[in-house]
Amino acid sequence: MKAQIGLLSLACGLLFCSQAFAQADENSELDALREEIRLMRSEYETRIADLEARLDAAEKQAAETPAGQGTPVTAPASDSFAATPYSSPQTVSVARDSSFNPAIGVTFQGQAWAYNNDPDDYVIPGFPAGGEAGLADEGMSLAETEITMSANVDDKFTAMLNLPVAVEDGEVTVELEEAWVETLSLPAGLAIRMGRFLSGIGYLNSRHFHAWDFADLPLAYQAFLGGQYGDDGLQLRWLAPTDFYLEFAAEALRGGSYPAAGKPGSLVGSTTLSARTGGDVGFSNSWLAGFSWLHADADERPSGFEENPLVFTGDTDIYIADFIWKWAPNGNWREKNLTIQAEYLWRSEDGAYAFDNAAGFPWDHNSSGWYAQAVYQPFPRWRVGARIDRLHADIPGQAWQGTPLYPIGDDPKRYSVMVDWSNSEFSRLRFQYNHDQATGMTDNQFALQYIFSIGAHGAHTF
Amino acid sequence: MNKEKNIGRFFLLLIILSLPLTVQAKMRVFACEPEWSALAVEIGGDLVEATSATNPLQDPHYVQARPSLISKVRKADLVVCSGAQLEIGWLPMLLKKANNPDVLPGKEGFLEASSVVPRLDVPDSVDRSQGDMHPQGNPHIQMNPHNIARVARALGERMAGLDPDNAEAYLAGLEDFLLRWEAAIAGWEVRAKPLAGERVVCHHKSWVYLEEWLQLEEVATLEPVPGIPPTAAHLSALLTQLGTDGSGADVIIRSPFQNPKASEWLQEKTGIPAVMLPLTVGGSDGANDLFGLFDDVLERLLAVRKGTGT
Repeated sequence: MKAQIGLLSLACGLLFCSQAFAQADENSELDALREEIRLMRSEYETRIADLEARLDAAEKQAAETPAGQGTPVTAPASDSFAATPYSSPQTVSVARDSSFNPAIGVTFQGQAWAYNNDPDDYVIPGFPAGGEAGLADEGMSLAETEITMSANVDDKFTAMLNLPVAVEDGEVTVELEEAWVETLSLPAGLAIRMGRFLSGIGYLNSRHFHAWDFADLPLAYQAFLGGQYGDDGLQLRWLAPTDFYLEFAAEALRGGSYPAAGKPGSLVGSTTLSARTGGDVGFSNSWLAGFSWLHADADERPSGFEENPLVFTGDTDIYIADFIWKWAPNGNWREKNLTIQAEYLWRSEDGAYAFDNAAGFPWDHNSSGWYAQAVYQPFPRWRVGARIDRLHADIPGQAWQGTPLYPIGDDPKRYSVMVDWSNSEFSRLRFQYNHDQATGMTDNQFALQYIFSIGAHGAHTF
Repeated sequence: MNKEKNIGRFFLLLIILSLPLTVQAKMRVFACEPEWSALAVEIGGDLVEATSATNPLQDPHYVQARPSLISKVRKADLVVCSGAQLEIGWLPMLLKKANNPDVLPGKEGFLEASSVVPRLDVPDSVDRSQGDMHPQGNPHIQMNPHNIARVARALGERMAGLDPDNAEAYLAGLEDFLLRWEAAIAGWEVRAKPLAGERVVCHHKSWVYLEEWLQLEEVATLEPVPGIPPTAAHLSALLTQLGTDGSGADVIIRSPFQNPKASEWLQEKTGIPAVMLPLTVGGSDGANDLFGLFDDVLERLLAVRKGTGT
């Protein structure tokens, strides 16, 4: 393996060297060429001016000869904008998010949930909840209000801030969900992001609350990622120069949150690798498929009950396969579209669980989960969607019976349907119903939700 | 630990397999709309390989930042788009994901067509209650052929600057195109004279540059405010405004990607003929290139005028 790496770096070195030589050689040539172009341009401009003068003359002649055929249609193309009848700023910055600097946006989100069962008793046997997993508060509440700011730092860096403001137990809390800086000008299709961000694993993990198609996350995300996995660290992305889309990403993260946790002093607490590919099928279909791997070192990671948590120390590996298919007739997304989306998550844990502050018991265990959903927009503004959720945990051995780590009965499952209405791309109202059989008891869950955004609203990913 | 090594090797293998095998010599032009890819080919001919992100049957406001588009921007030498925020819902994401510093706004490899033409409908204030506003003015600049000429000049010079070896060929191609284009404009302007003063109803405000060129008068739009689909309430208000004797306006215009239901309903109720006009190259059978686009638009409008249109 070492020899291979040596060979690879040698090859890379040679590649860069040869490019540098070629560059030095080209510089003098380039200057000569630039001069040539400058000359050509000035020559060409005089030719154009000449052409315009001829056209003007011809048009004048034409206007003079046949009289009274209605009004002349419009002034001929004159390149001097001062002479044109309209006035408008000539400098525009379009492909940027906003004319403000930085681009500031606020997303207002509110919800009302109703449950048949007591949401405080919501425990999925075999899957002690970590991170922010679990049900939303019953009754009306503000979901997170997202404040985002982003702008280019200079010609080489861009930065983004996402601050969800939430009300938890009557207290207003400001979270720092994302605060990162990213390179703009690395060569060869490379980009580096640094700071706090939602990991690029899976499909839904890096998507903010307002971009979800349902009011809650799939069970698999709640069970394995504690909701969504965000952390502090570095992300390196490389887009391959292929004709089809192929992207690789690697992340080195602090390991500060579930499913990693608490490795103070160590350099890297979790690492991820992911690969993603995709393409079009005709004008009407496009797809995206990805595979990711997250390795997390957990040191006394709490999960389950807040006052008496289960504490895990050891390795967690999570593998995620995701697939998204989008259809719109002729690619005309506005009128009608369908999105089919599915992800499969598989987790392997190797370490020890401790509870009641006792010594840990060795734990070597596999579990998995998936969801599949379809969202259909039959005509503008209205969408309907359906989702299936499943989880599966291996039986860990009789010693674990009676603990939250021991699965009971059938595999946890949930069925959801939703309908939403969007007056514009900045507003959305949603109704959702879950038939939840994850806890072993059947629960009917109802949600009403609104999502409104003002200010700059960044373009969404595929 | 062995498992991790294997996964690492798996990813390494994938990366090696994806390294490029061929070298491409042509200039790659990524256009957001078909009119600009057509224009790049008019100027550069065989020297360019031009692709358009949208097809003529798509509404360019609403396009997904698809994986295939990201990989095209990654390899592009030049990105040319209408701009004025027409592509704000997807182009920034493509540029962000493509990791190609040469085609970012402000660089030589990024040309915003609307920045070289005088823009219409620049709002005094931007408030989203007025609909999907474009603070830099109406972005559908391609429907005035004089604007095409202006963009051609900017585009030809950019292409010459980006590919110095072939600079002369681009400039010659540009000059050749402009000669043919100015001659065609003169012809269109003679043909279009009977249309001057016509009152039109549009589905979306996509036609202000055409109206300005042909001196048409826009009396209403089917969308209550830009970007909001026609509503029953708004359509019945239009019916009151336009009357039922066919005298309220001369023609109802929509583009190929807009749902025909609203304009057909209004045609039936008011007696005003509705017509589909191509908004870009390829939008109709006749609009097979930039010249065909304006030929076809005029032909369809003149046919309505004579009562032979549909």
